[in-house]
Amino acid sequence: MHYESPIREPLILEDKTLHDITEDVARPIEGKANKWWWALFLFSLSAFLWGAGCLAYTAGTGIGVWGLNKTIGWAWDITNFVWWVGIGHAGTLISAVLLLFRQKWRLSINRSAEAMTIFAVVQAGLFPIFHMGRPWLAYWVLPLPNNFGSLWVNFNSPLLWDVFAISTYLTVSLVFWYMGLIPDFAMIRDRAVKPITKKIYSILSFGWSGRAKHWQRFEELSLVLAGLATPLVLSVHTIVSMDFATSVIPGWHTTIFPPYFVAGAIFSGFAMVQTLLLVMRKVVHMEAYITIKHIEYMNIVIMVTGSIVGVAYITELFIAWYSGVEFEQYAFLNRATGPYWWAYWAMMTCNVFSPQFMWSKKLRTSIAFTFFISIVVNIGMWFERFVIIVTSLHRDYLPSSWSMFSPTFVDIGIFIGTIGFFFVLFLLYARTFPVIAQAELKTIVKSSSTQSKNKAHE
Amino acid sequence: MSKKVIYGIYDDDDVILQAVKDIREKGVHINEVYSPFPIHGLDHALGLKPTRLAITSFIYGCTGLSLALLMMWYMMIQDWPMIIGGKPNFSLLQNLPAFVPITFEMTVFFAAHLMVLTYLIRCKLYPGSDQKSPDPRTTDDMFLMEIEAHGNEVEIVALIKETGAVEVKEEKIA
Repeated sequence: MHYESPIREPLILEDKTLHDITEDVARPIEGKANKWWWALFLFSLSAFLWGAGCLAYTAGTGIGVWGLNKTIGWAWDITNFVWWVGIGHAGTLISAVLLLFRQKWRLSINRSAEAMTIFAVVQAGLFPIFHMGRPWLAYWVLPLPNNFGSLWVNFNSPLLWDVFAISTYLTVSLVFWYMGLIPDFAMIRDRAVKPITKKIYSILSFGWSGRAKHWQRFEELSLVLAGLATPLVLSVHTIVSMDFATSVIPGWHTTIFPPYFVAGAIFSGFAMVQTLLLVMRKVVHMEAYITIKHIEYMNIVIMVTGSIVGVAYITELFIAWYSGVEFEQYAFLNRATGPYWWAYWAMMTCNVFSPQFMWSKKLRTSIAFTFFISIVVNIGMWFERFVIIVTSLHRDYLPSSWSMFSPTFVDIGIFIGTIGFFFVLFLLYARTFPVIAQAELKTIVKSSSTQSKNKAHE
Repeated sequence: MSKKVIYGIYDDDDVILQAVKDIREKGVHINEVYSPFPIHGLDHALGLKPTRLAITSFIYGCTGLSLALLMMWYMMIQDWPMIIGGKPNFSLLQNLPAFVPITFEMTVFFAAHLMVLTYLIRCKLYPGSDQKSPDPRTTDDMFLMEIEAHGNEVEIVALIKETGAVEVKEEKIA
C-alpha cells in the first residue's frame, strides 16, 4: 500500500468515505443545473456563435478579411494557435508526468485538466486550418496519393511536423482521458435511476465491470500511456517552437526556443487549470477534493515555470547582444523599445514579475489572489506569442516594407469565439462527466484523507 | 448436481485482499473479484499472470517507427526527391535529422492507439458490451468475491463469513 507521512497535509478533507466520493462526483451529473451555469453557458454559447459566424465569413470571403498584410503574414491566428496549444499542455503534464513521479495530488485534478487539454487543442487546430484559406482542402496536409503527379507533402517542413504532432497529441490525449473515464462512467451507470440515463452511461462505460484482471490491465495501460504521453507533450511544443526556430527570421531563429516554449506552455496551462478549477470546485462543491494544498502545488509550478520563462527572455536578449549580429540585435531592441514596446512590457510584467508573488505562502494559498494571477498569466502568455510573432515580422530586412498590424473585427471575433467554444465544451463536460477520477481517488482514501491522518496521529 | 456461485461482499480493500490470500491457501478456487478501484497486490494474491500489454505496446511502437521511416523514405527519397531548404535528399541517412520529429510522433501514435485497442479487445470493452458485476455496489464502495461451489456451499459460505465478509449471497447457475 501507498505509505504517506502523517504530517503531510491530507489531500481529501472532511472525513470522506468511499461512498461519499461516489455521491459527490455523481451529484453534478444527477442534479439540475443552477442559474449560474445557465448564465455562463448562454454567454459562452453566444460568444461561440459570434466566432462561428466570423469563421464562416472568413471561409466564404478569404483570409483577406483578417488584418494580415504582405509583411505580417502571421499574427492573431498563429498567436492564438500557439496560445491554445500551450494551454493544453498542463493537462497532460498533470495526468502523465505526475503519474510517473507518483504525485498523488494529481488524482483530484487530472480529469478536468485533461478535459481542458482536449478542448484547448480543438480550439488550437481551428486556426491553422482556417489560415489555409480553403479549409475544405485541409486534408491536403496528409500524405495521400493525389492526381498532381507524384507530389507528396514536404517532410522537411516543421509545419508538417506540426500536423503530425498536434494530431497525435489530440488523439492520444483523448484515448488516455477516455480510458480513465470508463470505470467512472460505470459508477454513474450503476446508480442511474432513469432508464435513458442508464442506457447512455452503459454505452459510454463500454460494459466495465471492475474485474481484477481488468484492473491489472488498466493500471499497466495507464502507466504505459503516461510513459508515452510524457515525451509526446514535450515534443509537441518543441515542434511548435520549430515552426519559428527553423526559419531565418531574426527573433525566431533561436536554439533556446524548444525548452523555452515547453516551459511557457506548462506555465500558461497551469494558469488556465487554476482559472477553471477555482470556479469549478465552488460551483460543483469539490472543495474537499480540490483543496488549498492542490492550489498551492499548482502555484509553485506556475512560479517555477514562470521563472524559467523569465530566464529564457533574458538569455534571448543576452545572446542577441553577444551574437554580434546586427539584425538579431535590432530585432530585440525593437521588441523592447519599438512601436510594440507595450506588448513586450505587458509580457514581461505578466509572465516574469507576477509569478514572483508566489514565493509568499500567504499569497499562494489565497484563492482570490491565485485567480487574479491565473488571469494575468494567461494574458501575459498571449502577449508573449504576439510579441514573438508580430514584432519579429513587422520590420523585415527591407525598411520600405515595414508595417504595423491591427486586427480586424473578424480576427477578434474568431478569438472570442474560440474562448466561447472552449467554455461551452467545458461547461457541458462539468454537467455530464465525472469531473474527478473517482475510482483512482478512492485508492488514496486510506493514506491521504483527514481520517487516515488522524488515525496515524493517535 | 446443481452448480452454485457464492458471492462474498466485503466493505474494505485490505480485508478482501487478506480474505483472498486465506481462502486460496485453503485450496478453494476464486472465480473473480470485482472492486471499485485497483487493489495493489490483488492480482498477485489471485495468482493472475502479469499482463503483457506493455510488450505489445513496444511492438506497436517499433511498427510505427518502421512505417514512418518507410513512408518518408519512399515519398521524399525514392518516389519524388526534392531539394528543400538545402536538405540532402539522396539518402535516407542524410535526410534523417529532418525526419526525426515525424518518426517519433508516429511511434507514439502506433504504440498508444494499438495498445488501447488491444486493451479494449482483451477486456471485451466496447459500446454496448454488458458484462456487469453481479452487484452494482462494486463500482461504489463494495468489494465482491465470486466462488463456484460444487456441493460444498456450506463450507464456502462459512469460509467467506470467517474472512470478514459483510454479506453472502448464493445464486444458482445452470
